[in-house]
Amino acid sequence: MNLSQTVLGVTFQNPTVLASGIWGITASGWRRVAANGAGGITTKSLWLTEHKGHPNPTIIATEHWTLNAVGVPDAGIEKAREEIGDYNKNPSAALGAGKPVPLIANIIANTVENYGKTAQEIVALKPDFLEVNISCPNVEDEFGKPFACSVRDASAVTKAVKAVSGKIPVFIKLSPNVDDIGSIASACAEAGADGFTVINTLGPGMAIDLRSRLPILANKVGGMSGPAIKPIAVRCIADVYRATGGKKPIIGTGGIMTGEDAIEFLLAGATLIGIGTAVSYRGGEVFRLVCEEMAAWCDAEGVKKISELTGGMHRALGIRD
Amino acid sequence: MHTPQQNRLPKTYRISAVKRETEQVTSFTFAVSLGAAPGQFIMVWLPGVDEVPMSVANDDGKKLQITFFAVGDTTKKLASLKKGDLVGLRGPFGTHYEWKPKQHLALIAGGYGAAPMFFAASEATKDKCTLTSIVGARSKEHLLYLDEFTKLPHTTVSVATDDGSQGHKGYNVELLAELLKAKKKPDQVFACGPERMLVVVSDLCFQHKIPCQLSLERYMKCGFGLCGNCTVDPLGIRLCTDGPVVKNDLARRITEFGKYHRDHLGKKHPL
Repeated sequence: MNLSQTVLGVTFQNPTVLASGIWGITASGWRRVAANGAGGITTKSLWLTEHKGHPNPTIIATEHWTLNAVGVPDAGIEKAREEIGDYNKNPSAALGAGKPVPLIANIIANTVENYGKTAQEIVALKPDFLEVNISCPNVEDEFGKPFACSVRDASAVTKAVKAVSGKIPVFIKLSPNVDDIGSIASACAEAGADGFTVINTLGPGMAIDLRSRLPILANKVGGMSGPAIKPIAVRCIADVYRATGGKKPIIGTGGIMTGEDAIEFLLAGATLIGIGTAVSYRGGEVFRLVCEEMAAWCDAEGVKKISELTGGMHRALGIRD
Repeated sequence: MHTPQQNRLPKTYRISAVKRETEQVTSFTFAVSLGAAPGQFIMVWLPGVDEVPMSVANDDGKKLQITFFAVGDTTKKLASLKKGDLVGLRGPFGTHYEWKPKQHLALIAGGYGAAPMFFAASEATKDKCTLTSIVGARSKEHLLYLDEFTKLPHTTVSVATDDGSQGHKGYNVELLAELLKAKKKPDQVFACGPERMLVVVSDLCFQHKIPCQLSLERYMKCGFGLCGNCTVDPLGIRLCTDGPVVKNDLARRITEFGKYHRDHLGKKHPL
């Protein structure tokens, strides 16, 4: 069965993509994840200048959920130049395919203008896609409500990035923590977004240690990920797909653990599948495992090409109506 | 589905005993076990301050001990805590030292490395291993766990101090070099301590073709494989998951080993 797809001119040997913020700080890490079977790699969010994150504890987890308030630390543009330059000199060959594994550079900034400036610097390094992080819930103390929470802000950032991105497709990473994710997506689509990553982390949430009576995360609150958020992610993907007429590719992410979860995300409207927190639940081999499980399901169900599944739920609903 | 046997949610426990090992080194004991094996680490949370990785000095199924240097902001504050104070713990994380029963093991402990090396030693002697323990420090005031090492069965203990105030004047790796030239070589070498020491141990064991396990230290943030901060070049493996204890063959493929490490922002710094 054919797991490969070409999305906006870029070929992915399988639909799994390393989500931003997991394992993705260095070129070595990107290559290791690619060797583990990921079809695409998203870098950790890149800032123009050095940005410190939060003190520890920053990531805590139970069987059902993970909370993180890492706070988007990054060494700034020089390090991005070094690592992306290194990766592009020797892009990982997808397992057995001999083709490079696409690199999605995720960028973050604190003002609309700086999103534009950061995009300009990163675009010069020639990643395959740009992913714009307007939705991190862990820097609200610093910057206020994420840009993803208002149509006006999300649209302004999209325009600023599209003004400098040239031929590199721009994916906007949306927040689930809004009243109407569909309207945010429509606004970004109108502003020129080429695709969407749905969703960033949920919440934020909080966990309290009983004896000390203190919140466990140093930031007190943190974005939620892991198996428990999957239903929210699936609904958000469905909302974005519907709001954009199924015309914009979606990297669906949030709580995926298995190949069947991935199929569910495709049916909701995703084209690619972002896997992050599952790395800590199933190990680094999760990309290969999810691909094997997807292929097994497709074989059993007679699905020949993975792209057939994208938006399948919407078509099934349409047929019923 | 991978069900971790590690606890990834910090929970606070009251310190059940405090011991000042040396002027700068303190041990805490807690009446809880996290099921840690020698070489593994836990994340230690000082509520309201920070959470840092620490090698487990002992875990016997009923109680857990950590031994740490008061060198940074968090460890200095930790060192001021008293019996009954709350400290958050979670783990155990990472790989551990591995041996077969009845093996002859050489354990090289440098500075703070003595605690996890002692943990390995005490567990290995339960499997009837014989040990040559070489404990090194700057001077005799900084030697750690010497009494504990000496009390173990089937153990020869040698000491090295930089200033010669006790034992051999010089480095513990010099004693290892002698040991490896002897007729009866150890089956394996374990080492824990400063990276410059580990590089020498690695080279010696490579030359003499003796299997060797080293505990590599890198900046760690989450401790269980998500954040990627402890990823090493060029292999891209995470030392919280594929380490900190690594076999020599693997260590020698980590080109940054002995050369540089990355900080909390991913920036490189020479060792």
